[in-house]
Amino acid sequence: MSNIDPNSSPPESPEKAAASGTLIASLALRQRAGGVGVPAATVLVAFLMGGLVVLATGHNPLLAYRDIFNGAGLNWIFHPTTNVANTAAYNLSQTLLQTTTLILTGLAVAFAFRCGMFNIGGEGQYLIGLVVGNWIGVDFAGLAPLPHILLVLAAGTLAGAAWAGIAGLLKATVGAHEVISTIMLNWIAIWVGAWLFGDGGPLQNTANPTVPISNDIADSAKLPVFWGQQQLQGLHIGFFIALAALVVFYLVLNRTTLGYEVRAVGFNPEAAAYGGINVKMNLFRAMAISGAFAGLAGAIDMTGYLYHFGQIDVQTSSVGFLGIAVALLGRNTAVGTGLAALLFGALLFGTTHGLSSNVIQPELAGSLTYIIQGLVVLFIGADLLILSVWNSRKKLRPRTKAVTA
Amino acid sequence: MSSWTARLENPVSAQLRDPAFSGYLGVFFGVLAAFLAIPPIEARTLTWSVLCGVIAMLFGVWTITRGRARLGWGAVASGVLGAGLGILATHSGTTNLNTVFNAALIAQTLAAATPLVFAAIGGLFSERSGVVNIGLEGMMLMGAFWGVWGADKGGSWVVGILVGAAVGGVLALVYGFFAIHLRADQIVGGTAVNFLALGITGYFLFQIYNSDHVSNINSTIPNVNIPGLDSSHFLGPAIGHLNLMIWAGFALVILSYIVVFKTPIGLRIRACGEHPRAADTVGINVYAIRYGCVVLSGILAALGGVYLSDGYGGGTFINNMTDGRGFIALAALIFGNWRPGGAFAAAVLFGFSSAVALRLQVYSASAATLFNVLPYVLTLIAVAGVIGRTVPPAADGKPYAKQ
Repeated sequence: MSNIDPNSSPPESPEKAAASGTLIASLALRQRAGGVGVPAATVLVAFLMGGLVVLATGHNPLLAYRDIFNGAGLNWIFHPTTNVANTAAYNLSQTLLQTTTLILTGLAVAFAFRCGMFNIGGEGQYLIGLVVGNWIGVDFAGLAPLPHILLVLAAGTLAGAAWAGIAGLLKATVGAHEVISTIMLNWIAIWVGAWLFGDGGPLQNTANPTVPISNDIADSAKLPVFWGQQQLQGLHIGFFIALAALVVFYLVLNRTTLGYEVRAVGFNPEAAAYGGINVKMNLFRAMAISGAFAGLAGAIDMTGYLYHFGQIDVQTSSVGFLGIAVALLGRNTAVGTGLAALLFGALLFGTTHGLSSNVIQPELAGSLTYIIQGLVVLFIGADLLILSVWNSRKKLRPRTKAVTA
Repeated sequence: MSSWTARLENPVSAQLRDPAFSGYLGVFFGVLAAFLAIPPIEARTLTWSVLCGVIAMLFGVWTITRGRARLGWGAVASGVLGAGLGILATHSGTTNLNTVFNAALIAQTLAAATPLVFAAIGGLFSERSGVVNIGLEGMMLMGAFWGVWGADKGGSWVVGILVGAAVGGVLALVYGFFAIHLRADQIVGGTAVNFLALGITGYFLFQIYNSDHVSNINSTIPNVNIPGLDSSHFLGPAIGHLNLMIWAGFALVILSYIVVFKTPIGLRIRACGEHPRAADTVGINVYAIRYGCVVLSGILAALGGVYLSDGYGGGTFINNMTDGRGFIALAALIFGNWRPGGAFAAAVLFGFSSAVALRLQVYSASAATLFNVLPYVLTLIAVAGVIGRTVPPAADGKPYAKQ
């Protein structure tokens, strides 16, 4: 325990850090080799600190976490059943529904990261995918199921790619920072979405013009449900599409020329350019592929279980932002993103709809998710640097002490 | 090209050739085009608005050809908008027009702009010292909640302001520790701050008030009633009863301009943001400057939040109250090219667009919603370089390692 904890909490005691310096160095090595130690410790510390907040406000953190665990349906592993009449099985299916989305929005952030860019615009790209998915799902009602579904998914993916492509294009041509442009694109997408689904908007439902919600998509555009019932928001086959996306992400990055170039630009753009790689082209391409993942997430959510979307939903949606935490915690790798998506999917459902608890109300637990998410992102952004700072402290102890004083 | 720029550098001919004058003249005509059509003048014919709009556009085009592209495009845009507004205004009923455009619109614009002004000036200090702060949204949200809490529990809006500012400062200090000392990625850290603030405010809002909102806090930030202005039916509603924080915002802009550009401390701040190694070499404590600026940015953003909840909102806090205003402030900072006056002008423009969006409800709720994208679209166009370059401080976002 003691050799893991200091890695993710701020370096309060240099002595302690110096004492376990060799362990930290070896951990850092394992980290670079794709280890799970530091991310796991980060999560642990975040949960501990979240628990302290719960404790300080007069609730029992252990019982609260147990209820969240059950609310996410993770207790299902003790009594596996495929019957969703069972609460644990139903909750698990809902957690996996959230995981599906988060895998894809996480990959959207991760792919750009591997090219050295921070795609903070997953939310906007996701919303654009949703909007286009809803439009095609509603308006092309005459199509047969398979082509209709494929059309919706393809259109949502392309729309997401195009939306992120704007930021990629600006980065490649005029050097506009992708963080600024994707933030702006997020809010443009949010307000355009609110307008489309709102009162008098083009995608508002036709039956009841005072309700700011879209029409339901046609049955032919709905993804088949394989666990649970369609009416009760069962788990749809989009889950497997998300898993396949993880594999595609891995293969594209590690086994193709495109992936090689994207990673080369991510490591060192100048060296990549010297090696004959078209840096600008790759910046644009990586950003568009990023957006494609998020757009696909939106289209899958629309065809998988949402079927319609409202103005309020646009303004409160946060799965795109959550993708940032997923990618960072997953270290921008396929396996890591999958596991992190499961963790945050469980937190998302387990703290809100799934939670039946006298210990902590869903309103509190839902905010606790954001606190834990924030702490994870805060620590994960610094953990490697904490390691290196400690390593240098060990070497230059007298001098660094003077610096921190 | 080189001889042309050389001539520009000559102070006398530069003044004579400076196309800024024609650019500002163009902007003025654009504003005039809109102004003619709305109350109190309310010309009911198209001629004057369109004429002024065309003049504005011509001045704009001329300015662009003289090398001041941003200003020129601004003049063209103001001409188009002015003429457009004029056409719209002459086509709509006088009653509606009076609901949308009246003197109170000025007050509402300033009220909507003030949270942005505080947060944007906060961001200015942070970014001028070399630390990108996309956590403005979160710091503002913390200020909004804890400000209302302080005003409620402390019984006075003064306590609210102090508590809100302190909490914003502490959150910024935490962010600063990660961004400056641990040299963590500043975008990641800022994102974390936004998540944390959303979680903490949502959690304690429900824990303390057992609801997703709290309203009617007794002590709100007072308005400044200027005696004598009420006799004027224009100045009275426009600036006669502005909130204390709005006036404080004006003062802040002037003060921050003086501090950043006219004092030694401002020179140090800018040095840290442009070339921290050089600053370090001449004995400036880069870490201290950056910590100071980041904490100040948290305090200012939080003050914007306190005004939002306990001034503009009349003692109300609802979950996620800031709703992207921190990002609009960031946009204003970028749009204003990291300068206090520019950031202020952009914040007022964005405040105006949200005030108009509120009032457009009488025409069409749908159009009013869509109107909210304006700040973001304008900023996107600005960073795209269509209307001249936006130039951030050279070392903005780059952690500094002492040697």
